[in-house]
Amino acid sequence: MTATLAPPREPGSPASASSRRLAERVFRVREFGIVAVLIVFVAITAAIQPRFLSITNIQFVLVDATIFALLALGETIVVISRNVDLSVGSVLGISAFLTAQLASQAHGLPLPLVFLAGLGIGLGFGAINGLLVSLGRVPSLVVTLATLYIIRGLDVLIVGGSQVVPSSYYPSFLTISKATVGGIPDLAIVVAVVIAAGAYCLRSFRSGRELYAIGSNPDAARLAGIPMGRRIFTAFALSGAIAGVAGVLWASRYGTVDSTAGASYELQVIAAVVVGGVAIFGGSGSVVGAAIGALLLQTINSALYVLGVSPDWDQAIAGFLLLVAIVLDRFISLRLTVSLRRRSARRGQ
Amino acid sequence: MGHADEAGDRRADARPGDARPGDAGRQEAGRQEAGRQEAGRQEAGRQEAGRQEPVRRAGSEDGAGSEDGADSPAVLSLRHVSKSFGAVRAVIDGSIELRAGEVHALVGENGAGKSTMVKILAGVHQPDSGTVLVNGGPTVLHGPAGAIGAGLAIIYQEPTLFPDLSVAENIFMGRQPLRRGRRIDGREMTTEADALFARLGVRIDPGRIARGLSIADQQLVEIAKALSLDARVIVMDEPTAALSAVEVARLFDVIRALRAGGTAVLFISHRLEEVFAICQTVTVMRDGRHVLTSTLTGLTAGDLVRAMVGRDMPERIPGERGAPGEVRLTVQRLTREGVFTDVSFEVRAGEIVALSGLVGAGRSEVARAVFGIDRYDAGAVTAGGRKLRKASPTAAMTAGIGLVPEDRRQQGLVMEMSIQQNVALASLSALRRAGIIRASAEHSFAADWAVRLSVKYGRLTDPVSMLSGGNQQKVVLAKWLGRRPSILIVDEPTRGIDVGTKADVHNLLDRLAGEGIAILMISSELPEVLRLADRILVMREGRLVAEFTQADGSEEGIMAAATGQLEAEAR
Repeated sequence: MTATLAPPREPGSPASASSRRLAERVFRVREFGIVAVLIVFVAITAAIQPRFLSITNIQFVLVDATIFALLALGETIVVISRNVDLSVGSVLGISAFLTAQLASQAHGLPLPLVFLAGLGIGLGFGAINGLLVSLGRVPSLVVTLATLYIIRGLDVLIVGGSQVVPSSYYPSFLTISKATVGGIPDLAIVVAVVIAAGAYCLRSFRSGRELYAIGSNPDAARLAGIPMGRRIFTAFALSGAIAGVAGVLWASRYGTVDSTAGASYELQVIAAVVVGGVAIFGGSGSVVGAAIGALLLQTINSALYVLGVSPDWDQAIAGFLLLVAIVLDRFISLRLTVSLRRRSARRGQ
Repeated sequence: MGHADEAGDRRADARPGDARPGDAGRQEAGRQEAGRQEAGRQEAGRQEAGRQEPVRRAGSEDGAGSEDGADSPAVLSLRHVSKSFGAVRAVIDGSIELRAGEVHALVGENGAGKSTMVKILAGVHQPDSGTVLVNGGPTVLHGPAGAIGAGLAIIYQEPTLFPDLSVAENIFMGRQPLRRGRRIDGREMTTEADALFARLGVRIDPGRIARGLSIADQQLVEIAKALSLDARVIVMDEPTAALSAVEVARLFDVIRALRAGGTAVLFISHRLEEVFAICQTVTVMRDGRHVLTSTLTGLTAGDLVRAMVGRDMPERIPGERGAPGEVRLTVQRLTREGVFTDVSFEVRAGEIVALSGLVGAGRSEVARAVFGIDRYDAGAVTAGGRKLRKASPTAAMTAGIGLVPEDRRQQGLVMEMSIQQNVALASLSALRRAGIIRASAEHSFAADWAVRLSVKYGRLTDPVSMLSGGNQQKVVLAKWLGRRPSILIVDEPTRGIDVGTKADVHNLLDRLAGEGIAILMISSELPEVLRLADRILVMREGRLVAEFTQADGSEEGIMAAATGQLEAEAR
């Protein structure tokens, strides 16, 4: 069909340009909001307790946050497609123990192989989640709740009462999380690059956009001929693989690994993702936002510690912030809908 | 908007014969003489329709050479397709042929099988029998992707966009233009989307997200998507149902442009004046069967209505009921913005009042507002002499109103619970003693009602989901009758239930009215309406547009009012 159908009515009008700017602005607001909260939080804490901005403390927070940010990357990929992965904490735990054991028993092993092992372990569990959700058509909440317990159970069976202690590792394993470049932990740099790459992929590749489409309107995605099963499987496999790698980092960071490693991390990760502006019912949000969400939650933990607030408050405050984030999210999306509708009505006249 | 010149008269000479039924029909030669109009007659009833051959056109079958040089081959056709869902036969014998550069109307009453035909075209349903032909070759459409691959695009009444994604992404999802490294070229995508909208002559910002677009704009996005797919066939399932007059005019401009560009368009609408304004040919379906295909030139709206309705007149239940008693339910100028406007009526004791009209005319919404499920913006509902509080089902129930909802599985029953629990659900306060519901009281209560409504069941403790549709409906009725309502609202009381049980439900409603209950019935089945109702109110686009008594009601009259034909004639 090449015929010109009708004469265009004023193409590329200024109205369309300004509306595009508005949409972009509101899109950015989500991430901008979290960054603002983060800055305010850091500023207030530092004003009360300057020690908070010491190099050691910053490094500490960054390394802790990177593990969560990494997990948040995988979780975001899953949540965007209107699913959820509750098994990330358990996958991290079992990967942490198995790779730690590898690192303490096979001393000659090159480090990349240890990471590869963690990745493989995570990928395997992620693939199981993905198969059950995409082929079995079981809601992901149920599937990953089950695998959360199953994998943790396996972990407990393997580990028993034992634990791997730092002294048994070969030294280079422990220094992974301690090396710095210009004061910034290597780990933070690597994870930042990985997250940036993830964000770029989700934005610039068809498969990434299709994940958003599936989460935004599954029925429409089916009608558009998107291979939903394959995409959702991939999302879970990626989330699992990332959790596996995070397990290696966890072992290196904390050294002592027992069967409780990563327990209840899944909820903190989901909290980070939601605080980071990813819509819990899929379709919108960004990996970068989720990573900043993870950084914010970690910063809060650390700030409460530095300020001498009892750690008993941690959870209550984290929960409160989660609520604020959700309310804010809802508010912004409502405002956005109203403004878009109003604008479209004006233009329609 | 009457575009008689649009109606492709190039084939007009070939069509009237085509519209005639085949050999079987010839036996009833007397009826055939009226040419193409015969099919509009009521006599062309079910039995005959079953024997009719579908339309055959020269040049479209068996690869035979075209006898008529101007006749383009069918780009897509369905032949003798059927589709059942469980016991419901949605399409029994459907046939349709779509040609390049032609806007083809598919019309029929609610439940005639139009939407199922669309879903077969969309690849969503596979036909149980019959064939799908693309460019004359038999094809199996494997899912929506297969239909898209075959050059089909479907525009649903409620467009299916991704609300969180940009307009451009909605158009190109899965087919985004790429640059080096298989990355999406966002700038190119925006440019192409702009070009598509320019071709359609509309202005929509490709960069904005789809959430918040009006239905009309969403449809345009879908049409732009169809254009970008180079779709040769565009199916529009009631595209105008939610559009304003201005938006309809704009849509028609787009359809004319599509047609000029050689696209085949299937246009489904209940508004016959639109069919005459934009289409060249029409296919009428009735009760899941193909009834007629013809050019529109020479046809009148009356012909189409007769073809859509044309079934035996229902036998009326003899008027055994006495004259209606006092007014039980009064609805005054009820308005809910954008849904229904200025609806006023009353229902008397012992009277059955039917609310008729097309799906989406606002009938169920009025019922929901009366019962207090939805709020309304203006007007009043009075039941038993007392004005009802807005948006309070409790108030409605206290005033003696019962509502048997349209969707019994979702709204009428708790499918996991037993038959007796469901029957007793609305009467729990009468059955409890010291706050505890006694199973024995529940059992005898339910048994009593099951007998009265002749529910066929195994045990009362079986889950209600084990019952057939008709018996489930009786359980819903029993649930409300157990409260001894003085006003009963029934929404599509016989949808999807078999003929025998249907008659049971009809007799039951008649008996209840005889006992003095005021009944407001919503039904899309005209025979049912004519059989039961004392008065028939017709709604169209949220307004009451006509009222018939049992004596002067006819299917043609109701359909004419419901499709806006009355108003069109008045103009």
